[in-house]
Amino acid sequence: MKNYSKYLLSAAALLTLTACAGGTDEAEGVDGDNAAATSGETLSAVLDRGELNAGVNDQLPGFGYVDSDGNYTGFDIDFAKAIAAGVLGDAEAVNYRPLSAQERFTAVQTGEVDVLLRNTTWTASRDTEVGLDFAPVTFYDGQGMMVGADSGVSSLEDLEGMIIGVETGTTTELNLADQMEALGVSYETQTFDDRDALIAAYESGSVDAWTTDRSGLVSAFAVLDDPDAHVILEDTLSKEPLAPAVLHGDDQWNDVVSWIVFALIQAEEFGITQDNVDDFLDSDDPDIRRLLGVEDDLGGYLGLESDFAYQAILQVGNYGEIYDRHLGPDTQFDLPRGMNALYQDGGLHYSMPFR
Amino acid sequence: MINDNLHYKGEPTNSLEVTDSPHLDRQKNEPFGQALRKNLFGNKKNTVLTVLTGLFTVFVLYQVVSFVLENSWDVVYIHLRLLMIGQYPLDELWRLWFGLYYASLMIGLTWGLWRGAGKAVAFTFGAVYLAFAAVPWTTLNTSLNLAACIGLIAGGYVLGGKIDRLKIPVLVLWGLYFPLTIGLIMGFGGLLDPVLSRYWGGWLLTVILASVAIIGCFPLGILLALGRRSSLPAVKYVCIAYIELVRGIPLIMVLFIGQLLIPLFLGGQTGLDNVTRAMIAYVFFAAAYLAEDVRGGLQSIPSGQFEAAQALGLNKVKTTFFIILPQALKAVIPAMVGLFITILKDTSLVAIIGLADFLGTARRISNNPEYLGRYLELYVFVAAFYFIFCYLMAYVSRYLERSLSKGSR
Repeated sequence: MKNYSKYLLSAAALLTLTACAGGTDEAEGVDGDNAAATSGETLSAVLDRGELNAGVNDQLPGFGYVDSDGNYTGFDIDFAKAIAAGVLGDAEAVNYRPLSAQERFTAVQTGEVDVLLRNTTWTASRDTEVGLDFAPVTFYDGQGMMVGADSGVSSLEDLEGMIIGVETGTTTELNLADQMEALGVSYETQTFDDRDALIAAYESGSVDAWTTDRSGLVSAFAVLDDPDAHVILEDTLSKEPLAPAVLHGDDQWNDVVSWIVFALIQAEEFGITQDNVDDFLDSDDPDIRRLLGVEDDLGGYLGLESDFAYQAILQVGNYGEIYDRHLGPDTQFDLPRGMNALYQDGGLHYSMPFR
Repeated sequence: MINDNLHYKGEPTNSLEVTDSPHLDRQKNEPFGQALRKNLFGNKKNTVLTVLTGLFTVFVLYQVVSFVLENSWDVVYIHLRLLMIGQYPLDELWRLWFGLYYASLMIGLTWGLWRGAGKAVAFTFGAVYLAFAAVPWTTLNTSLNLAACIGLIAGGYVLGGKIDRLKIPVLVLWGLYFPLTIGLIMGFGGLLDPVLSRYWGGWLLTVILASVAIIGCFPLGILLALGRRSSLPAVKYVCIAYIELVRGIPLIMVLFIGQLLIPLFLGGQTGLDNVTRAMIAYVFFAAAYLAEDVRGGLQSIPSGQFEAAQALGLNKVKTTFFIILPQALKAVIPAMVGLFITILKDTSLVAIIGLADFLGTARRISNNPEYLGRYLELYVFVAAFYFIFCYLMAYVSRYLERSLSKGSR
């Protein structure tokens, strides 16, 4: 009998536990409406909040990092600012959410961030299976290879039998394997947990070459003891178009992000900068008048103020200004525009017409 | 010291008269220098070992000193604020200073009232304050605040030494310390301007995360340990399942579950920010380990203690909380402090979920284009800081252990 009551008690305890668990679920008020975003939802959420939640990188020199005063800054960060300026009229109304590579997509899927500006490569699987939508590419990157200038290596084929350093857990390792297999070159890889360790190993000669995105290779010149002793091979191992990503399904929000990016590119085409944008308000060119919202109401179609592009340009600057500010000749990266030039200068950036 | 001639107490030794120095094979009344010579250069083997280790030590010391002197360390002192408090708003800095004042006064009072390990804590904090206050690049404002903290430690010591009645109030104030400072840092839920957890960073975030984990895991861990020994099968097996499940998965996994799965399951509408989610993960993780430590202590209590308590007419709750637990916890202080030190260091894993703790902030800074490649100074600084506080924890634990076991010696 005594034993019996023990089991009864236990059963009662279990029941209470499950009842409690059920109760909290209800109390939390779960509305599972986030997974499949409906059109317009994100924009109204951002407007209500008065703040843009942007998922960013806080450890990528030039693109997203924290300056000495603790402010987020960088190429990707400026696009977050431009979106906030276009949507909310205030480039500072951004809640930066630093994301690790592992958690970045979940953060978009759960609606924790409205837009992901974290050097994310636009790929088919991310666009479909991962459930993202991509805005226009902000930076065309590609994987490159750095070798010693006197190593005698001038192409990927010359790397036969050499040791190549890569960072772990990145697509660079897979791209390298794909390319080398296609070329029939045998090589050895050595993987590193972080960039600093990889560069240190390369400089000490324990790896013969190392590979990462070209922008990363170029920025490494700032760290190398003797930058002139190293070169980046001409060969590109992969295409890495980096683009802002939003949750799949909210077409209006994707339009908003896309046309703000286009506006910055279009502004560079027209020569409209942060400093002279006010002069263009009286322009006679109907294209410019439409871009700046003086004529027509393109902003209204997007659900924004008609001057959204004007605000983004005024507060952040055009594409070229953003590029120069973080990667251009006045920075230690001095990264040539290359593919990131406007189409008329032989690059790939091309804004759809504002009409 | 040459290992060859190392004789610890309790090990069989050649010399029958082991004197006060346990490490040196030294006869009674033998001059120290002579003993040293005998131990270090007694025979050929020892001489070779002494010379080799001596050379190695000099080499390492030379490398360390030249590393310290050759680097300018500006990357550390320019970013000292970021490293210590992250992006905490400058206008609200007084809240953190208040927390530090409060802690300093309490440390001083505790030292004055109880002596003992309080001295080591007071001196460590005082030395760290002094180091930061004295270096030339600290702003005058900061230096004055730090000097005030040192003053508060000294004042607390004098006050505590004179007025013995303060013991109870000091214990109460210690109990209030954590809720009060955390409330102040966050803004008391709207009473002051709220400072969201996204602005916490650096050492501040590390300390907050570690304190929450340590304080939070304590009651939960004890309950789990008691539950595991319960005679009710449901309670017992739920506790066993919990403990073994959590101990069976890596901390990173627990953090990921807290960070990624909880919002996925609850639809991202939980209203919990990522710092809170990390705190919850740490508390639940640490509780499972603490439960096992406490269970070890519970098992070490001889059954005579239970019987004696029963004979005195104490009921089960009283027996557990007044007789068994105090003894059990005392027995496992070293294991618990070991766990706490591990927690303090494990908070650096939050870097993988995008939080900038002490180490994460150092990594952030080393990715600022202006300071690219300057990670060594930052890491050395971070390591030294961690070491000071982990060692302090270990020291206090050893002291507590000694002073609490006086009765059983």
